[in-house]
Amino acid sequence: MSAPAVAPASITEAVPAAVPAAPPASPAVASPASPLSRVLSRDNSSPVLRDLNTAPSKEGTMVVNMGPQHPSTHGVLRLLLELDGEVVVRSKPVIGYLHTGMEKTGETLTFLQGPTNVTRMDYASPLFNELVFCMATEELLGLEIPPRAVWIRMLLCELNRMSSHLLFQATNGMDIGAVSMMLYGWREREEVLRLLEKITGLRMNHNYIRPGGVAADLPDGWQQDTLGVCDLVEPRLEEYDTLLTGQPIWRERLQGVGAISTDECLALGVTGPILRSTGYAWDLRRNMGYLAYDEVEFDVLCGSFGDCFDRYAIRLNEIRESIRIVRQIVEKIPLGDYRTQDKKITPPPRARIDESMEALIHHFKIFTEGFKVPEGEVYTAVESPRGELGCYLVSDGSSKPMRLHIRAPSFVNLQTLPYMMEGALVADAVAIISSVDPIMGEVDR
Amino acid sequence: MEDPNHSDTHEASAAQVGDHPEASEAYGVPMVQVRGQLVLHPSRADLLDLAATLKADGFVQCVDLCAVDYLTHPQRQGLPADVSAERFEMVACFISHGSQSAPAPRRLRARVQVPQDDPVLPSLCDVYPGVENMEREIYDMFGIVFENHPDMSRILMPDEWDGHPLRRDYAVGQVPVQFKGAPS
Repeated sequence: MSAPAVAPASITEAVPAAVPAAPPASPAVASPASPLSRVLSRDNSSPVLRDLNTAPSKEGTMVVNMGPQHPSTHGVLRLLLELDGEVVVRSKPVIGYLHTGMEKTGETLTFLQGPTNVTRMDYASPLFNELVFCMATEELLGLEIPPRAVWIRMLLCELNRMSSHLLFQATNGMDIGAVSMMLYGWREREEVLRLLEKITGLRMNHNYIRPGGVAADLPDGWQQDTLGVCDLVEPRLEEYDTLLTGQPIWRERLQGVGAISTDECLALGVTGPILRSTGYAWDLRRNMGYLAYDEVEFDVLCGSFGDCFDRYAIRLNEIRESIRIVRQIVEKIPLGDYRTQDKKITPPPRARIDESMEALIHHFKIFTEGFKVPEGEVYTAVESPRGELGCYLVSDGSSKPMRLHIRAPSFVNLQTLPYMMEGALVADAVAIISSVDPIMGEVDR
Repeated sequence: MEDPNHSDTHEASAAQVGDHPEASEAYGVPMVQVRGQLVLHPSRADLLDLAATLKADGFVQCVDLCAVDYLTHPQRQGLPADVSAERFEMVACFISHGSQSAPAPRRLRARVQVPQDDPVLPSLCDVYPGVENMEREIYDMFGIVFENHPDMSRILMPDEWDGHPLRRDYAVGQVPVQFKGAPS
């Protein structure tokens, strides 16, 4: 396309107060009497197809199964759709096809092994899982981690947010029919993953953030590599704008599709880009700061219509915000330890094991028995690319968690699907699933 | 920790070492402060009223709902003196994005004791519709039934599954490894 890129009109800078969302642009959604009547409804007027045996809300509808092998369902999401011709009347997401009992597995692994397990939940943003688990463990230990470790964690998380949102751009483009976008999105994501591989040793499932700090210091020359990735991705985002944002077909497919209101989002427990797309500026990094997010500058982006286009534009521009944060981190990151020097938690350096019996014992104890964590329970939360990622951790005083629960944002966000899909076409249903950006590994755990 | 508001972590964990932490009352139910986080201990009967009160007080979302099985660790710390420990606990995390009376965002957690022989709780779906999936997950994983829930069915396990996997007496699936000559 030769037309200049059009900046997304609905994206504005964050405002501290909640702005009520504009009425949905979709003509198919009738304005409900009360803002919450749809989510509170339990009879067959509810858009959620809870029971197949209830009478259809309309004459002549048909219940169709979609997934779990459908390519647009991001893995193994299955949907029951009650269709009136091409229009979705009621629907229900059916999940559990990727359930592997990771919370149960977490009870059999020590706190040091824990990140290996949780990192596989949200496989598109594994570092956030590791972060939230480690923050919970450290809260129970009453452990303060060195400032450099805090900043390394922040750097890794923002790089991971970039790769996760780039993956969204790729799959979203593919779902809607912009297949070339899929190639571009994967291409840029791979650049970020290559950097993550250089830092952590692995493209995905890093097990890099550990209780007490991170696994290793940043490698030599990481500044150039990191800035190189930023410089590479940033102009590519302009190309995405040219390719998609201002393109009439793209806008036609997304604008006014799958609109949802702020009230409904809040009632359904929705967080992250979906909540922000309704014009409600809520971001844990800003509102309930953790790590060192109060020391970097960034904007919380929000939309105004809560439709698929706003969700697309927010994620695209959040990549830009992450690049902005990463550049500040490269500038400001302090020197020092990358993990705590508490010998009960951090294994000794390899060289010490050869010369010190004490070090050998510590090393052996940490990797066989694990370190003991004081009894207690704690809930911590971080802002993952999909919303509030929480970890509720219970310790009985041993070296393994008694209960590990991950509050997965996708699991909760999926509840919006029936509300977004009500009155939409089947083709739009694909765009709507994509705009929720669910990661099924995290949904089913 | 990283959060400057939680700088009193060490004092909080020190205070928690005692049998019963310092208990006060909030919203008509016992409340304790653990590691800078506020934890309410409502009874089952108080839960619905508490949720409605919290919602009216600016706690716009119930962000998380999960259960814990204390079968192997019945005598846990952190409970107020007048709350008797039961096998199951349901934990609900509420979040306020800031209200007129308290402009700073804050979190609140409620721990509800659920006895083993009567694992039933009132559903919070009418107050916080977003807990629908989470209550189904608790039912699926722990067998705690939520009354007045719109769709009380399994969510992660197959419908015909037997048992509730996250209970502590539900065995972890494993393939037995046999070594030569070892007694099996």
